[in-house]
Amino acid sequence: MLAYLVRRSAYGLFVVLGVIFFLFVLFFTVASPDDIARQAVGPKAMPEVIQQWKVNHGYHLPVWPGAGHLSDNLLVDHVQRMIAMDFGKSDADGVVIWERIRQGMWPSFFLTLPMFVIGMVASILTSLFVAFFRETYLDRWVVALSVLAMSIPTLLYIIFGQFIVGTLLRWFPVSGFDADPAVILRFLTLPVLIGVVSGLGSSVRFFRTVFLEEIHRDYVRTARAKGASEMRVMFYHVLRNSLVPILTQVVMEIPFLFTGSLLLEAGFGIPGLGAATFEAISANDFSTLRAMVFLGSLMFIVGQVLTDIGYTLVDPRIRLDA
Amino acid sequence: MMELSNSPSAQAMLSNGIVVSLLALGGLAARAVLRNELWRAAFARVLGLRRWSIVVLSLYVAVALLDSVVWVGGSMQSEDQVASFEARSVIDRLFVDTTEKGYSAPMARVEFYDKSPLLHPQRHLLGTNILGQDVLYVTLKGARVALLIGGLTSLITIPLALFFGMTAGYFGRRWDDLVFFVMSTLASMPGILLLIVLIMVLGKSTVSVCVALGVTSWVGFCRLSRGETLKLREMDYVSAARSLGVSHGKILLRHILPNLMHLVIITFVLLFSGLVLAEATLAWLGIGVDGSWGQMIAVAKDELSRDPVVWWNIVPAGAALFGLLLSVNLIGDALRDVLDPRTWGSQD
Repeated sequence: MLAYLVRRSAYGLFVVLGVIFFLFVLFFTVASPDDIARQAVGPKAMPEVIQQWKVNHGYHLPVWPGAGHLSDNLLVDHVQRMIAMDFGKSDADGVVIWERIRQGMWPSFFLTLPMFVIGMVASILTSLFVAFFRETYLDRWVVALSVLAMSIPTLLYIIFGQFIVGTLLRWFPVSGFDADPAVILRFLTLPVLIGVVSGLGSSVRFFRTVFLEEIHRDYVRTARAKGASEMRVMFYHVLRNSLVPILTQVVMEIPFLFTGSLLLEAGFGIPGLGAATFEAISANDFSTLRAMVFLGSLMFIVGQVLTDIGYTLVDPRIRLDA
Repeated sequence: MMELSNSPSAQAMLSNGIVVSLLALGGLAARAVLRNELWRAAFARVLGLRRWSIVVLSLYVAVALLDSVVWVGGSMQSEDQVASFEARSVIDRLFVDTTEKGYSAPMARVEFYDKSPLLHPQRHLLGTNILGQDVLYVTLKGARVALLIGGLTSLITIPLALFFGMTAGYFGRRWDDLVFFVMSTLASMPGILLLIVLIMVLGKSTVSVCVALGVTSWVGFCRLSRGETLKLREMDYVSAARSLGVSHGKILLRHILPNLMHLVIITFVLLFSGLVLAEATLAWLGIGVDGSWGQMIAVAKDELSRDPVVWWNIVPAGAALFGLLLSVNLIGDALRDVLDPRTWGSQD
């Protein structure tokens, strides 16, 4: 068990290093420091101005290690900073990026956590229910509805949700945010609702397939044969045996949590991490983007390592010495 | 792609070349399908299951093709003669001289704001947008953009993913370790963020959107084909071929690739709708492709808060996007049910 834990974590660390290197290639060679500087100060800027901008924002070192600057180059600098989680200052307005993350963390958290939990429970319950009524009209209608729901882009959910609930019915404000506990629900209900609804289609379809695969197994027949009620069969036997694919799906959704919040936060004006990323796009703020991608990947890799360890707890059939 | 040459006749040549090669590719694929008994039966079943989706999809393809057949010149009585020297498609020619000065409602006689009479009263089936362009025209133009994004990107992505997946699964060892490591590195970056970063780094343009979509979308299929190859590699007929001295290249092409073809087709269809959806999201974030439905929606989203509501910009774009995605998703579903043996027994 311990050997497995160490090996799995070591691979995770290795992937983190891979991500750091990939980000370096993208941000320092595909877009060279000169390109970044020119985008910031304008295409017709004097060479001295560009040089000054590069010095101010830490892009002036040579890109790759070489004779005379073995440790004094952007590659070493970038790797050291990322490992130390020191993201520096924003390229656009000089704000310390950690300050921005600290501010944006809580609005993002308040938005995505309820969305994630409600979405998960709703889609698992719906798909269990549908699997229970498999091969009936109800099943067919739910499947058809979920294909319909999948074919609507998230931005249409947001736009029409805002229009119908916010503008026509005037139940909730169209956008905005206030962390005051008295009014926070007024601002978060609509985004959370839209987030849940827009994700429901694909996850119901996925979980339905998972449950249907289990329903045809022998142990389900055995459970019925020994007189277990259909309720007990579904919630005890089938649900428990489907936990491995469900767990995989939960982790797969962690980065989508980030992206989902990107669209919702930009659409509803919630000042979270997604909105910060959205602003970084229009401001050509490369250092903030770099920090956001690194944080998102880190969350996902840690999540993956935890899932693999979680498998061994959920499913005793998984062997560790393989 | 389009930036390579700016002369109208070169543009026309390129666009027509794409049409001809796509038609040829489609013809070859159809011939291969019709020659094989099993494929023919499978596609006949899909055709039976999803007749209407296929009709709808063919309509989209037809509009996109009509918008891709391009030539220069042609007589017209336009006030700006510049247009007669541009490469214009069949769709462009159908909507000659339909521009107004600004917004007008569908089938209106007067303009939306200043109520002045329109140049072409009751001719705009879906009204005009803020620039006075006919919305039906702009919407039809979007079909080509959507099919280009989805089709060309997956045509480039899938062979690459297939190559890396098959060789990694077949040869194993160091190469497999390397490919798997690159895949896990790319897969651990949240998709939309990676897309945004790639586009920002490559510069905001149509080509970089396609490249970015390609880079982010090959991983899933590469992993799938690697897993399948790992299974197929151990099959008796593969070891028989190997013991007979068949070369690795031939085993991969003759014995492994045909057994992955069903996955290629299913992935192509599902990837297509995923790419079109992703582009719509990018357009909303301000880094999409010019002329796509996503961009139309992004531009038109604030019009819903006008009073009276300007709805005729966002509804056609949304409906066109929805119709394409729905028909593609339905066809993909049917293909998966028919072609993928893993879903037999549990589905329908």
